[in-house]
Order: sequence, then C-alpha cells, then structure tokens
Amino acid sequence: MSFSLDDMNNTYLDVLKEIGNIGSGNAASALAKMLQKRIDMDVPNVRLLSFEDVAAVLGGEEMVVAGIYFQVEGDIDGNIMFLLDISSSKVLTSMLMGREDYSGDLDEMDRSALQEIGNILSGSYISSLSALTGLKMKLSIPSLCIDMAGAILSVPAIQFSQTFDNVLLIETILTEGDYQVKGNFFLIPDSESFEKLLESLGVYR
Amino acid sequence: MQGIIKVGMADLKVVKEPDILTTLGLGSCVGIALYDRIRKVAGLAHIMLPDSCQIKNNTNKAKFADTAIEILVNEMVKQGASESRMTAKITGGSQMFSFGNSGSDLMKIGYRNTIATKETLNRLKIPIIAEDTGGNYGRTIEFYSYTGELLIKTIGYGVKTI
Repeated sequence: MSFSLDDMNNTYLDVLKEIGNIGSGNAASALAKMLQKRIDMDVPNVRLLSFEDVAAVLGGEEMVVAGIYFQVEGDIDGNIMFLLDISSSKVLTSMLMGREDYSGDLDEMDRSALQEIGNILSGSYISSLSALTGLKMKLSIPSLCIDMAGAILSVPAIQFSQTFDNVLLIETILTEGDYQVKGNFFLIPDSESFEKLLESLGVYR
Repeated sequence: MQGIIKVGMADLKVVKEPDILTTLGLGSCVGIALYDRIRKVAGLAHIMLPDSCQIKNNTNKAKFADTAIEILVNEMVKQGASESRMTAKITGGSQMFSFGNSGSDLMKIGYRNTIATKETLNRLKIPIIAEDTGGNYGRTIEFYSYTGELLIKTIGYGVKTI
C-alpha cells in the first residue's frame, strides 16, 4: 500500500512537527553562531496545505520571495526548499555583511550570502533529521531563485503533485532584536522515501 | 460587468466575452490559452505535469497536459465554441532552479511540460499561434476573451502581449 497524505493523522503530524522543531532549533543555533547574535525561535508551525493555500500563506502568488533549493540524496531521496520573504532576506544578508541599513537591494554578494545561509540552515535541518531517523542524507549545492512566490512554489508543488495533492510546510519565525525573519522549509521526499522516513520514526503501520 | 476569473494550479476555466482569465506566478507549469475568435469563448488551463499515464496519483485531470487540454476543449464546446476554430497560445515552462550538469529529469519539468503541451495540441489539431515559454523566471498572465490577447507580466523581464 502506498502512503497518502490523506491518511496523515495527528500522530504523523506530531512527529513531523517534532522534526520541524528540532531541525529549526538547530538551524537557529547555527545561524546565531554565524551571526554572533542571539536568535530566538518560535515553535514551528507544521501544516498540510493545498497548492492554492501555500502561496496565500506567503503573501500571494505574486509576492517576491527568495527560494533556496537543494537535492537530497542517500537513504532518502528528494528535495528541500528554504523560502524567505524578501524583507527577511534583506535582514539576514545585512546582518551577515555587517550593514546597519536593512533596506538596500540585494546584490551579487548578498545572493551568494543567501545561498550560504540556506546551506547552513538546511544542512542543520537535514542533520537533525538524519540523527533522529538514523537515515543517511546528503545535500547538493544550493540553487537560488528570487521571483514570484507562485513560480518558485511551482517547483516543490510539481514534485509533491506526483504523489500527493497537498504540501507539507514547516514555518519557522526567527527573531533577532526588533527584526523578524520568517523562514519556511519544505521537505519533499519522494513517495518511497516518505514511507521510509515515517517507518524509521516508528509511526508507519 | 467584466469579471476576472482566477485559474489556480492544476485548474482550468472557461469564460465568454467580456470576462478575463488570469493565472498568477506561473513557473515550471504551463498555461494553455485556447480561443474561439468568432464566439469569443476563452479557456485557460494551468497544468503541472506532462503525462497522466506516468503518474499513479492522476485523479485530478486538470493537472496533466494530455488530459487537461482535452477537458478544456470539451468545456469550451459546451459554451458554444467550435473545436475547428480554436487557436492556442502557450506560456510558462520555466526552469526556476538549476544544479549545473547534474540536472535531473525533474529539473527539466518545465521543458517537458511544454513539449507535452505541444504534442497534445498537435494531436487535437489546434494550431499554436503564439508562444512564450522557457527561461528561468515566473510569469503572471491575463487572457482577454474579447480580443484573444494574452498579457504576460514578469519580474525583471518586462511585460508583453502575445
């Protein structure tokens, strides 16, 4: 029997929430170390959404966002996407570059900094998942795209749509002083890997 | 009153003059705009995947190029359009992310969607009179039922009408 997200009951969601929690926590401390700043994190919000609703969560299909995309290989195959709204991207890159003004446009250096931030956050996320499940996972190099949310989301949506009609979104809010950084993770295992993942966590029948 | 009807992902809609069809933030998906210029019936499909036969999860027919276009044609005929008069304009099919040479099939999904769309239109003998596909950027489109014009808006790549 193949797994369907419609079968997803609260136990599955709780487990995924916990993974989101631990992963985001590690990601936040990695970021704090990199920026040498105190970073607070809210308990992540894990939700199952239809394709239409995902874009709405991010402020509409035409909202400009930064997406950093990775391929995951190993015991689990799939992709991971880290998505930031544009103001969060500016806050993060400005902190990293040591700028006081958080409103300037993103230049080439900022773009590569964003890829690096995505790399560190997704890397710590993946390693918590790996430690928790005992499954080996390796991240590819990051690929960055800054464009309309709808267009960027079409990539994970297409991937999900081969197996499911819903998307699993892990929303994390990081806070540094007065500034908030809202980041979203999409974990997109292929369908067999999804079963493997749940099985290794002991929740799959 | 002129209505603006939104077409979501894996969705299709048909309108008659003077309504407008729109899809926001088209990425690797393909938007297929069919038009009967005499009856002024316009249809827009927003497909995500090329082929319904290759996927187990295929209950939503509007998701696939092969099945969505057939349904769109039928829906337009129901609204008074003639299949033999229909023309097509296609857009989208971008590659939003790239991983150098190691690009998997999935990364080329935009291109594969475009090819499958053309094959289906070809099979149904609907001529493609305009195309704006590929690239690595998103598109918002508006399709006007009174003119058959397709407006394409991008971020950083200009605005055009095809």
